[in-house]
Amino acid sequence: MSMPDRNAPAALTGTVLELTVNNHPGVMSHICGLFARRAFNVEGVACLPLPGGEDPSGGLSRVWLLLREDERLGQIVSQVEKLHDVRETRVLAQGHPVFAALAGHLR
Amino acid sequence: MPTLSGAEIIVRLLERQGIEFLAGIPGGANLPLYDALSHSTIRHVLARHEQGAGFIAQGAARASGRPAVCLATSGPGATNLLTAIADARLDSVPIVCLTGQVPSPMLGVDAFQEVDTYGLAIPVTKHCFLARSPLELLRIIPEAFRIAASGRPGPVLVDLPRDVQTAMADFDEWPEPGRADGPPAPDAEAVERAAELLGDARRPLLLLGGGAARAGAHLAARSLAERFSLPVVCTLHGLGCLPTDHPLNLGMLGMHASKAANTVLEECDLLVAVGCRLDDRATGRLDRFCPDAALIHVDIDASELGKRRAPQASIAADAADALTSLARALDKRGGGVSRSAWLGRVVHVKERFGLRPPGLDDPRSAYGVLAAAARAAASIGVRADGRDVLVATDVGRHQMRTAQVWPLAGPGRLLTSGGLGTMGFGLPAAIGAALAEPGHPVICVSGDGSLLMNVQELATAVEQDARVKILLMDNGCLGLVRQQQELFMDGRVFASRFSARADYVALARAFGMRAFDLSEHGDPEAAMAEAFAASGPCLIRCPVEDEPHVLPMVPPGAANCEMICETENHDAMEVAHVHA
Repeated sequence: MSMPDRNAPAALTGTVLELTVNNHPGVMSHICGLFARRAFNVEGVACLPLPGGEDPSGGLSRVWLLLREDERLGQIVSQVEKLHDVRETRVLAQGHPVFAALAGHLR
Repeated sequence: MPTLSGAEIIVRLLERQGIEFLAGIPGGANLPLYDALSHSTIRHVLARHEQGAGFIAQGAARASGRPAVCLATSGPGATNLLTAIADARLDSVPIVCLTGQVPSPMLGVDAFQEVDTYGLAIPVTKHCFLARSPLELLRIIPEAFRIAASGRPGPVLVDLPRDVQTAMADFDEWPEPGRADGPPAPDAEAVERAAELLGDARRPLLLLGGGAARAGAHLAARSLAERFSLPVVCTLHGLGCLPTDHPLNLGMLGMHASKAANTVLEECDLLVAVGCRLDDRATGRLDRFCPDAALIHVDIDASELGKRRAPQASIAADAADALTSLARALDKRGGGVSRSAWLGRVVHVKERFGLRPPGLDDPRSAYGVLAAAARAAASIGVRADGRDVLVATDVGRHQMRTAQVWPLAGPGRLLTSGGLGTMGFGLPAAIGAALAEPGHPVICVSGDGSLLMNVQELATAVEQDARVKILLMDNGCLGLVRQQQELFMDGRVFASRFSARADYVALARAFGMRAFDLSEHGDPEAAMAEAFAASGPCLIRCPVEDEPHVLPMVPPGAANCEMICETENHDAMEVAHVHA
């Protein structure tokens, strides 16, 4: 997984994969491990717990993954959908403002 | 309202799940679980290495089609399981692995026999859990079985800290056992699109993989093939979906296929690939695989559709449902194309380029001993209840020879490590199969290189009195490695010969197993028949030192049409091009 490119603000406007996931200590390992071993590049990651989660396994979290759109996007999405801790997947072609807000912390 | 320890909860949940036996090795971190198991009706099979336990579970799951269980302690117990887990992942085998772990308060402090089992398991399992309380087990254990068996099956690991096993919990009722989810129904539009393509194709070909075998799609596949004139090729795990001697069957495709199978792939205009992932051993060089063909891809795992090659139509569904729907859609369409020219071509190609394994009539040769073993096994194997022989293999030349010539009457009879190609798979997998399906005779075809990788399980086979007949092809080398060095490393044979040769007959006897050397018997067929008729395990050594290469062979990275084939003289090789 690469770090965001500070000199290329365009990198902050890629496709965003928005995931709703079970909130437990191993979930980020599952997601990051999948991207690493399938050699899919992630430009940025944001993750926060969702309010009001009543799930017996410890509630839900929302994860945003900023991706560079390429011809493998469909394959990435179908691999992510196979993860059992991933409850919902949305592809946001227009990106998500969370990354613009985070970019303010880079200076 | 029961009050039970975490360990007791696990054992009761396994009983409720219908588990009859499991394989494992006890150690410090899973002792509470073993203590609970000692009061259970579940039979424990003590393996001699955790990898053996993992493959015993795999053999049971592959033979029965149901999830099977293995146990290991923390640290080295868990790491020893990993190869068997990775193997189950690549071949889609449902196993549930329960590992002991250091107590929760000690997690992360590098305690004795602590390793990050959860972290190690992530890339090789379908899913994994780290249990944090005994109550959580009521959700996790059934869920582990549900995930292992649902959709495309696979291994699930549950890591169990020792304090979770010993802590007590009150609860009101037991959860339902975990069962496989119903498969997704085939999408009507996708089926319609596939029927259109198949209806118009002049030279269609059906490719059946492990997913077709596991789904019990062999009858639907055979009916589709016969009614709509589709010749059939199979992957290693699809073998048996069509009887070996069926006229439409071209056998295995890919690296060690007949030239006939790869020729028909080269010439087809539509490939209907069912329950297979188009892996490199099957396709050869991908951009030259079925160059003139459109692709209909059927798989229960949607992520396989388009992973290796973009299909013109795809159906994410159970293989049997998809093929039945496809046949119905074709019936509704009516008409269709005459395929007599294509079937005539297939008959011609089969006659001209079919497999002609050398030495098939000589029971002292590598192919001949397989044929003799198949005859001996069949003479006791096909019984009134229709149960037939299960054949487990290890990995190497004996494995490819078995795939080429072993007669299979149905799917799921060949238990072999296809995706991971794990040497050492054969013996423990055969033990697991024999314990799970006691009515079936089980033969384990192995080589001396492979057998040595889990040779300690000879003790387990004897202890369990498993009805496993080990046919050991002893050539004193890593045969397939040597073959590749001879063919692709300019003949520089290095590190693939054993200068210290074991006496395997004496070794088997040292474990208390019956054993004999086929070369010392005047009548090898009679000796083999006697070995198969006896109860309990037996090792049959067959020396095969001076055997020719396993051919045909597609060099790794080459296109399937670039096969190295036999000539009249086995020493000379030629590269035969299909259109040459």
